[in-house]
Amino acid sequence: MVEQVTHPLSKYLRADMMPHIWCPGCGNGIVLNCFVHALDELKTDLDKLVVVSGIGCIGRTAGYTNTDSFHTTHGRAIAFATGVKLASPELEVVIVSGDGDLFAIGGNHFIHAARRNIGVKVICANNFNYGMTGGQLGPTTPLESLTTTSPYGNIEHPFNLVHLAAAAGAIYVARWTTLHVRRLTQSMKKMMQKEGFCFIEVISPCPEIFGRYNKMRTGLEMMEWFKKASVVESFSDPAKAEITKEKIVVGEFVDTQKLSYEKLFHEKIAQINERSIQ
Amino acid sequence: MPSKRSLLTGAHFMNGDVACAEGAIAAGCRFFAGYPITPATEIAEHLSQRMPEFGGIYIQMEDEIASMAAVLGASYAGLKAMTATSGPGFSLMQENIGLAVMTETPCVIVDIMRGGPSTGQPTLPGQQDVMQARWGSHGDYATVALAPSSVQEMFDLTLEAFNLAETYRVPAMLLGDEIVAHMYEKLVIPPPDKLRIVNRKRPNVPREEYMPFKPDEDLVPPMACFGEGYHFHATGLTHDERGYPQTSSSEAQQKLVTRLCNKIRKNEDKIIRVEETMLDDADVAVVAYGIVARSALSAVRKAREKGIKAGLLRLITLWPFPEKRVAQLAEQTKAIVVPEMNCGQMVLEVERKAKETPVAFLSKLGEEPHTPLEILEEIRRNS
Repeated sequence: MVEQVTHPLSKYLRADMMPHIWCPGCGNGIVLNCFVHALDELKTDLDKLVVVSGIGCIGRTAGYTNTDSFHTTHGRAIAFATGVKLASPELEVVIVSGDGDLFAIGGNHFIHAARRNIGVKVICANNFNYGMTGGQLGPTTPLESLTTTSPYGNIEHPFNLVHLAAAAGAIYVARWTTLHVRRLTQSMKKMMQKEGFCFIEVISPCPEIFGRYNKMRTGLEMMEWFKKASVVESFSDPAKAEITKEKIVVGEFVDTQKLSYEKLFHEKIAQINERSIQ
Repeated sequence: MPSKRSLLTGAHFMNGDVACAEGAIAAGCRFFAGYPITPATEIAEHLSQRMPEFGGIYIQMEDEIASMAAVLGASYAGLKAMTATSGPGFSLMQENIGLAVMTETPCVIVDIMRGGPSTGQPTLPGQQDVMQARWGSHGDYATVALAPSSVQEMFDLTLEAFNLAETYRVPAMLLGDEIVAHMYEKLVIPPPDKLRIVNRKRPNVPREEYMPFKPDEDLVPPMACFGEGYHFHATGLTHDERGYPQTSSSEAQQKLVTRLCNKIRKNEDKIIRVEETMLDDADVAVVAYGIVARSALSAVRKAREKGIKAGLLRLITLWPFPEKRVAQLAEQTKAIVVPEMNCGQMVLEVERKAKETPVAFLSKLGEEPHTPLEILEEIRRNS
């Protein structure tokens, strides 16, 4: 008899939902891997964790994590998670979704959740395009990139997500690539311990689609780009945190503290009740 | 049972929006997310003041899409949750109403109908959203919609909408109109022991055996909530009883969508409520709902004074539509009159069941509902 050996992190995943839907060379598996490592190192109580995703390749993450999880409509993960966090502030609510989901169709929810400082944690896998629908132009597609809907080169200016998050009021903002597994995991751990709206952008390779159109046909080629271009410039001005062929600025950009929405709300409730008792 | 502070037992003089808000509180609603819109804003304003008094939550979201999404999140976190809006916001909510149907999320959506389409006439009444309440989100589904005719019913039926939402795990809708929302009338809030309050069915199996979308005999699955250790998954994708996506199985689609429709259809006798006035020997039946039903009642009484055998079927439940009762009425009467503040919506349902019996439709748009005389005239023409 061969002894059955299970992976030490398998308790964090729904094995019966495998195989996953992600392509060879995709970075989503790395994002999920770093996330479950962070959970493991923090000894997170899985009964008190809710993972929420929107629509897109990375949106399947909610289904793969062995916690309470919810796969919402396109773009609405943050709005749904706001309801969860406010109704049950003791729950840890993490949103794992993509650039199109969070910043195109869901962009309004992102800025308002950051402004309110609702205590949800957002991990965005930014692969520069809509992968699941076959590689269309998105809100982070770099200028001049080719996609199925920018066949002559993209003329739309992309969002700088860390700048956007910082300006909207997030209390923790970081950017890494899927090459930076240790720093990304550390960042996730840090974020999980904070109270308030936190945001991590992960630059993630999509070689099968985005890469194929833009002369980086394998995951390795995309990772080589990340390796060559990444520069750690922590706590530099997020407005200047560029993503170009030559340079990808990574690091932590914001790490501050202010009272979360749910904390303020429940403090108000306590004050009101105290007043009415007097 | 609601605490003393949350239930304002006694007689009040208040408007329909406030009565609706108090009905929600009485039902046990402890989460409201919304976005300001005429003529439903007073519901949000009142709840923003009332909810914190007993630990309930009020949040104003960035739009109605987010409001609906937050309501779903709160419901899955274990709270009874509601939003309130009017036509333009109701349109935006349709996306996540579909998600509520698919994920079987109990919640209440109040739509105070105004004149549409588009921005229309924000301060004037309408009954133009009744088909949207039935078919507004894409895909096939069945749900529940109630139509209050008075301030008292704004309270009673909001509470009832929560009971139906919790019983069948559906988004239940309350379709008020600008008049019932803004008029002031007497409201009696009963003592706690006179209220019937339903809470969702809870799982009674060990955590590892729990299947979040495995129905009981009534076709409704028991519902676990986040944070209780069940580790369940819910998705807007077609799914199996485990809640796992089944995007290429015809069988899964057939099974799930049929059940989502049938859990309302097969329970419709338990859900449907109508009010009947002088229908026993009626030659002409008026079918009406909402504020229009009050004019219709007056018209029917006047017709009787003039020797015309008229009666009123007031629809309290719009969806599911009381088609059996309408079919019986059509057999019995010479004609059916349907007055509505739209260009003909519920009349289509009446016609569908009336077969050979003539159906006269009376449209009225704008500031006022039909006068009793206008309806009486139509009764007379058809008697």
